[in-house]
Amino acid sequence: MALLKMKFPLQRRVRLAQGLWLLSWVAVMCGAFTFCLGIYLKTELLRRAEVMDNSEIHVVPNILILVGIASIGTNMFAGRVCQDSLDPARFPRWKPLLLPWMAVALLLCALLIASVVLSYCLQGSLEESLKVGLRNGIRFYRDTDVPGRCFQKETIDRLQMELRCCGNNNHRDWFEVQWISNRYLDFTSKEVKDRVRSNVDGRYLLDGVPFSCCNPSSPRPCLQQHLLDNKAHFNYEHQSEELNLYNRGCRKALVDYYMGLMNTIGPGILSVISMQLSVMVSLRYLQTAMEGAEALENPEDESEGYILEKGIYETVAEAKATTLSFFKFGTVEAETTDAEKAAPESG
Amino acid sequence: MVLMKMKFPAEKRVRLAQGLWLLSWTATMAGALTFCLGCLLKTELRRRAEVMDNTEIHCVPHTLMVVGIASLGINYFAGRICQDALDPGRFPRWKGFLNPYFKVSLFFTSLMLLAVIMSYAMKGSLEASLKIGLKNGIRFYKDTDTPGRCFQKQTIDRLQMEFQCCGNTDFRDWFEVQWISNRYLDFSTKEVKDRIKSNVDGRYLVDSVPFSCCNPSSPRPCIQDQLTNNSAHYNYEHQTEELNIFVHGCRETLVKYYMGLMNTIGAVVLSVFLVQGSVLVSLRYLQTSMEAVAGQENAEIETEGYLLEKSVKETVMEYLDPVLKIIMPNQVASSDEGAEAGNPAS
Repeated sequence: MALLKMKFPLQRRVRLAQGLWLLSWVAVMCGAFTFCLGIYLKTELLRRAEVMDNSEIHVVPNILILVGIASIGTNMFAGRVCQDSLDPARFPRWKPLLLPWMAVALLLCALLIASVVLSYCLQGSLEESLKVGLRNGIRFYRDTDVPGRCFQKETIDRLQMELRCCGNNNHRDWFEVQWISNRYLDFTSKEVKDRVRSNVDGRYLLDGVPFSCCNPSSPRPCLQQHLLDNKAHFNYEHQSEELNLYNRGCRKALVDYYMGLMNTIGPGILSVISMQLSVMVSLRYLQTAMEGAEALENPEDESEGYILEKGIYETVAEAKATTLSFFKFGTVEAETTDAEKAAPESG
Repeated sequence: MVLMKMKFPAEKRVRLAQGLWLLSWTATMAGALTFCLGCLLKTELRRRAEVMDNTEIHCVPHTLMVVGIASLGINYFAGRICQDALDPGRFPRWKGFLNPYFKVSLFFTSLMLLAVIMSYAMKGSLEASLKIGLKNGIRFYKDTDTPGRCFQKQTIDRLQMEFQCCGNTDFRDWFEVQWISNRYLDFSTKEVKDRIKSNVDGRYLVDSVPFSCCNPSSPRPCIQDQLTNNSAHYNYEHQTEELNIFVHGCRETLVKYYMGLMNTIGAVVLSVFLVQGSVLVSLRYLQTSMEAVAGQENAEIETEGYLLEKSVKETVMEYLDPVLKIIMPNQVASSDEGAEAGNPAS
């Protein structure tokens, strides 16, 4: 009992081959599109690589890039097959390759679905990576004279200005680290000595933030220092002040940005998956219809096309039996030899 | 005396028509590109319209857009004409159309060249416009509570951060205006009172700049206040300090940006001008060589094509004579009379 059987007169077979040829070229474009999406996502992730601790999230664009390249090749192959399909002399040489092709195409679709699922599942990992990366960035903000860390300040400043965010969770993260280097502190002044003595580690902590936290939309010139002291500034209440600095933290800003990017890419990938599946189904119908036509006396007659020769359960059972027999090769031979030995004895 | 005569055997005419058809489609694409470049330039100018005082510079993108649309029409007709050129039955209906067509096309093609020249010539006007616009922007920076000016602060801040510039000519422009609003000044403190008394207009002037002048590439946290006071900050010398705030003025930066943009656009428009010119030249040759074929029995003969029937000077005089007659009727008439009087006398 074949699965989804359809009748294919000659005209329909020709139309199917032509349509499949067009469809396979559209699928090649889709493969290139997937590749470009992967490159774009990878570039965006690499741009902010300095504030990320690990690169687990990079598995999503890597899959997209691989699948993109593979699907270009796969769909070009499908195009060649259907070009040759209407020629009974050239079609037979493609026949043994079609089953592996189906397996490869299914694998590609599975990988694409996996990438979409991963892009949601890895959100937690991305957030953790950003948390650690931003914390280090803020800690090493002042180390502009240490090789390997000298660009942290510029990175964090540009990040905060571009994404309109301040600190890791919020602007108070800057109160907990010394972000002004000792090179620029006058250790002879009383103020500096007091602050350094006021905490265990001897750090110069203050309730101030870098200039990159300033919000240009504020009606007031930016207040960066003595943020918790209402008396330090005229007409200022830090509890109700909202526009002076950026309110959100950079971790949330970055996670939102990347999740938005992956949400936009998601539907594109889903349509690429459906395109690939339709190419697979059409090629299967073409293969079975052409094979059926070959078996007929008059090759121009109507033939049948199907997806599976037998029903799903039967095909699965058959496949299981084949695999098991492949593994049990040795045991089967031993049994036959035993039976042969037993037969002459009894006979 | 014909200008730039060329011989055209039948084969060459056919090749000319085919080549012209392809060229006219290329020129159509080029015309669409010109239109898009005009739109791009206009958009970029409008983005910064708040720091520009006048819109004189906008004539450059306007010209580009007009020329782009006109060239779409010109090249469409060029394509149609050369399609009909090889058919002796259909070519004659274009006869009356071609002369005005060439005049209009020449006008619009020269407009293209004019747009490129203007983009260089108007640099001074752009600079003057930016000078006034930025001066006003810096003056009204503090007026975030005045309707119509409340976004100046945000505009100037974002401009300075994006273009990495500070002030009009340089950062000292901020020392000359009061950029902190009175709403945020405590008039009961001695410091504020001293500063206000120190100048005639009673303005609160400081040697500080807004945060948007800060350079993120500086190794040091940004110093914004008391910029000219070396003792106010540890290990600081304002004469040698380069990286702390942006050193370029916004006027210079914006002029460079727009000139760079117009240079790129100018180069592209010049090549479009060459393509368009070649279309017109080819069409003229096709027209003149096909006109010579008309009425002949054998359509395969070799004909001559030319650009102008008479030389340049004679053609120009031909056009100018009617104009001169209108402007100076008496002079022409009196010279005729003088000649007549002279003859009977002799």
